[in-house]
Amino acid sequence: MNKLKSTFSYTVLVIAAIVSMFPFLWMIVSSTNKSVDVTQGRMMPGSHFMQNLHNLLDTVDLVPALINSTKISVITTILAMLIASLAGYGFEIYKSKSKDFVFNILLVSMMIPFAALMVPLFRMFATISQSLPFIGIDTIAAVLLPTVTTAYLIFFFRQSTKMFPKEILEAGRIDGLSELGCFFRIYLPTMKTTYAAAAIITFMASWNSYLWPLVVLQSPENQTIPLLISNLGSSYSPDFGMIMTAIVIATLPAAIIFFIMQKHFVAGMMGSVK
Amino acid sequence: MITAKENHTQALQKVNSGRKTRLKNNVIGWSFVIIAAVMIFLFYFYPMVQALILSFQTGVGANLTFTGIDNYTRLFKDPTFLTTVKNTVIYLIIQVPVMILLALFLSVLLNNKTLKFKGFFRTAIFLPCVTSLVAYSVIFKYLFGQDGIINMMLMKISLISEPIQWLTDPFWAKIAIIIAITWRWTGYNMIFYLSALQNVDESIYEAARIDGASPIQQFFKITIPMLKPIILFTSITSTIGTLQLFDEVMNITKGGPGNATMTISQYIYNLSFKYTPDFGYAATVSYAIVIMIVIFSIIQFKAAGDNNE
Repeated sequence: MNKLKSTFSYTVLVIAAIVSMFPFLWMIVSSTNKSVDVTQGRMMPGSHFMQNLHNLLDTVDLVPALINSTKISVITTILAMLIASLAGYGFEIYKSKSKDFVFNILLVSMMIPFAALMVPLFRMFATISQSLPFIGIDTIAAVLLPTVTTAYLIFFFRQSTKMFPKEILEAGRIDGLSELGCFFRIYLPTMKTTYAAAAIITFMASWNSYLWPLVVLQSPENQTIPLLISNLGSSYSPDFGMIMTAIVIATLPAAIIFFIMQKHFVAGMMGSVK
Repeated sequence: MITAKENHTQALQKVNSGRKTRLKNNVIGWSFVIIAAVMIFLFYFYPMVQALILSFQTGVGANLTFTGIDNYTRLFKDPTFLTTVKNTVIYLIIQVPVMILLALFLSVLLNNKTLKFKGFFRTAIFLPCVTSLVAYSVIFKYLFGQDGIINMMLMKISLISEPIQWLTDPFWAKIAIIIAITWRWTGYNMIFYLSALQNVDESIYEAARIDGASPIQQFFKITIPMLKPIILFTSITSTIGTLQLFDEVMNITKGGPGNATMTISQYIYNLSFKYTPDFGYAATVSYAIVIMIVIFSIIQFKAAGDNNE
């Protein structure tokens, strides 16, 4: 009976693992093959990767898109960390009834679907464009401003701050640190793992975001990696090897960060249910 | 007499200075949270109010006039809108339960203490979460192509005799979308259940085994009730996610064939940025999603609450 059960477990898990990994393997293998071989179902690694990469660089502006995506994701992550951790710290350390009330209102924003915000936000930035073109439509600022502050992240930092030993703040105050000094000199260094978890989920979300950049970034030289891949994927006579090479390049940074920081990633996901 | 007066003044001073520090602390506290609060109001609540106003207006582009509830009555007569609601609800009621059951099942298998290669299985099944929605959608579009590798393999093992029209048949296109979403999110949900299972006392299962409960009975009678709060949490987040489905449909089928896979989010996008821009009506459609999210969340809370009694 027990043997039967464990055979069953292993069979199911092996199938699940194969199904989960197959699209990755296919993507990686295909990026090393010619388009013709891909369509014929070749599942062996080839030697065409450099040629695919060459074609890719010739066809699309890969490097500018990588630079745009990196810029947006890095700035979003830094600002998001700062804004959300200040707020999470403020709500928890200086707790008051009126602040809790505001906090609960902020949480309601998690229920608002982005699709409902897209139209009014677009009109808002279109209006801003007329007087302040550097934060209007088709700018990096317009991409990151609406997405940089999320109630989820504020909630995450507040939950983590509950575990923070508040006595050391008192010690800091006696040593003459200002309130802001306490935050930057004591809280920030102690909460490194919380920041790591929050940073990785924010970076990934920003690196992968599609709908809002699609709406707000209109000129080709401003496009991000997901927009570039989406465009490649909708071409009529796709060069499979080349497209898969693009996807490998787009997925690799996220995958590497994920493997290095797997624990923090999971901690960031779990932040909401603690 | 004098001392009493002095005491009184001292006490008054103390109260005053206490008030001052409290006031000062209050100001400092608010200044910590103010940026975040302003940003959320500016980029979530203010646009929602704008959308509400817009939903009572009509016109092309920026030339808008008020039309009362015309947009709302139009909703119920708009076949495209009704199709997108139907599609979205189909994704929801098939995909979310299938994914949650699958994730629960895998997490139970992985929670076995004697299992070997646990880390490998967990990482492998979680791996799909690393991909961006656009990237995996494009991969699945090609996997599901008429002469794509999935049809090729199914034909090789003689499960089918001719290729399935995954992307051009209204029925199979929906199935393809559901398979894709399930692939992307099962591992994500599994991680939540796995961490919740680690807090379940092993002795409960032992007692059940002694009482002769089969593994299937244990799953439905112990595991699911024990994990109810986390199941509720994941089903609400999955519901909100599915009601907003956009990236996958846009990149796998573009909403086609016809409008057979189009979602509400995609319809809002098309109304605003693809067809002649009709921002007023698009805002009305977006309120339909908000209302659906509220309704489905209430249903799930109710369903979870009723089982408690």
